[in-house]
Amino acid sequence: MAAILAAFTLTTATCQPLRAADAPMVRIENFAFTPPVLTVKPGTTVTFRNDDDIPHLVVANDSSFRSKALDTGDTYEFTFTKAGDFAYFCGLHPHMQGKITVAP
Amino acid sequence: MTHHHDDENGHISRRHALECMIWAGTGVLWTISGGIPVSLNLLGEAQAAEATATGFTFLQISDSHIGFDKAANPHAIDTLKEAMGKIQALPQKPAFMIHTGDITHLSKAAQFDNAAEIIGGAGFDVHYVPGEHDLIDDGNGKAYLERYGKGTKGAGWYSFDQNGVHFVALVNVVNLKAGGLGNLGAEQLAWLADDLKAVSASMPIVVFAHIPLWAVYPEWGWGTDDAAQALGLLKRFGSVTVLNGHIHQIMQKVEGNVTFHTARSTAFPQPAPGTAASPGPMTVPAGQLRGLLGTSSVTVKQGGQDLAIIDSTLA
Repeated sequence: MAAILAAFTLTTATCQPLRAADAPMVRIENFAFTPPVLTVKPGTTVTFRNDDDIPHLVVANDSSFRSKALDTGDTYEFTFTKAGDFAYFCGLHPHMQGKITVAP
Repeated sequence: MTHHHDDENGHISRRHALECMIWAGTGVLWTISGGIPVSLNLLGEAQAAEATATGFTFLQISDSHIGFDKAANPHAIDTLKEAMGKIQALPQKPAFMIHTGDITHLSKAAQFDNAAEIIGGAGFDVHYVPGEHDLIDDGNGKAYLERYGKGTKGAGWYSFDQNGVHFVALVNVVNLKAGGLGNLGAEQLAWLADDLKAVSASMPIVVFAHIPLWAVYPEWGWGTDDAAQALGLLKRFGSVTVLNGHIHQIMQKVEGNVTFHTARSTAFPQPAPGTAASPGPMTVPAGQLRGLLGTSSVTVKQGGQDLAIIDSTLA
């Protein structure tokens, strides 16, 4: 069984070398962004995923990115090319806030 | 609710107490008496009948969330139908209805269509304000405004008079700012100041909006940042009643001449402030849901002292 699992894992890893394990993700759960601050390198694509039973909306404070309304299970991806701090909030529940720090 | 199973000593029975609790869950029936809105307990039927004979009632419905199908209520469309059925069966027909937002869950055309068919099918005039869920179409609120924005200003605000009461519909779910709460905005506040200029200070005012205009629980976003400016404009009036939805539970507060009242949802309950990890939909044991959903009805009684509000559940 372990061998089969190992083989499966190996196959999966071969097909998707980086995405599954390393793709940076911000989860939205209980009306909060987790992690609230995420540090990534320039050129990184960050996935935001809504795990709540209520729609949320990811909006940059400086309007540099904005998702559509994310229903339960929906994701939004944005690629951060420039270095800097990118504060964002939920366009529907603005007390929900997070930050992506892009640093080399 | 006509059968009271109290014992001979006048003690309230468990069943009666439960009935009261359940009935207190559906909605709010309001009466305005002497220019002041007061909620009536639906158990006080004689009181309600007397109030409606001399005044008028209107009914508040809120947070129908058509399209919501998660564990907290897989059939939000059915509970809205039940609520409308109860409204149509009321012995005294409300003069009209107000809907305090979140008509739909995702602002989809089919969800608006379903809501319009069920709510509109009852044959009442309905005055709407949007909730944040009604403005999340790709057109940023186009779907709502195309249906309900006729004759309104800005993001959908307006006012009207009925039976000597001035009604003001406010929108506090657009242009929300990072870290903030609900928002009315300078343009709407300027309009409100102008709208109220022509209104006599002795005229009862009923304001309705989606998010509470008082700080119910800012940690969960339950409040409106610039509400104080709106309330400042309402200070000179002898009677102001502020009705909202959004928090899916009944709360009431009196502050000076202003009474705040929050209605239940017809879709799903939310937890009391701070009692859960988040304000998200609260899943309750089977059999309890309908006791936590409901509508509200208001009777405006001319020349009396109070408005009466009746909250009733779907149970």
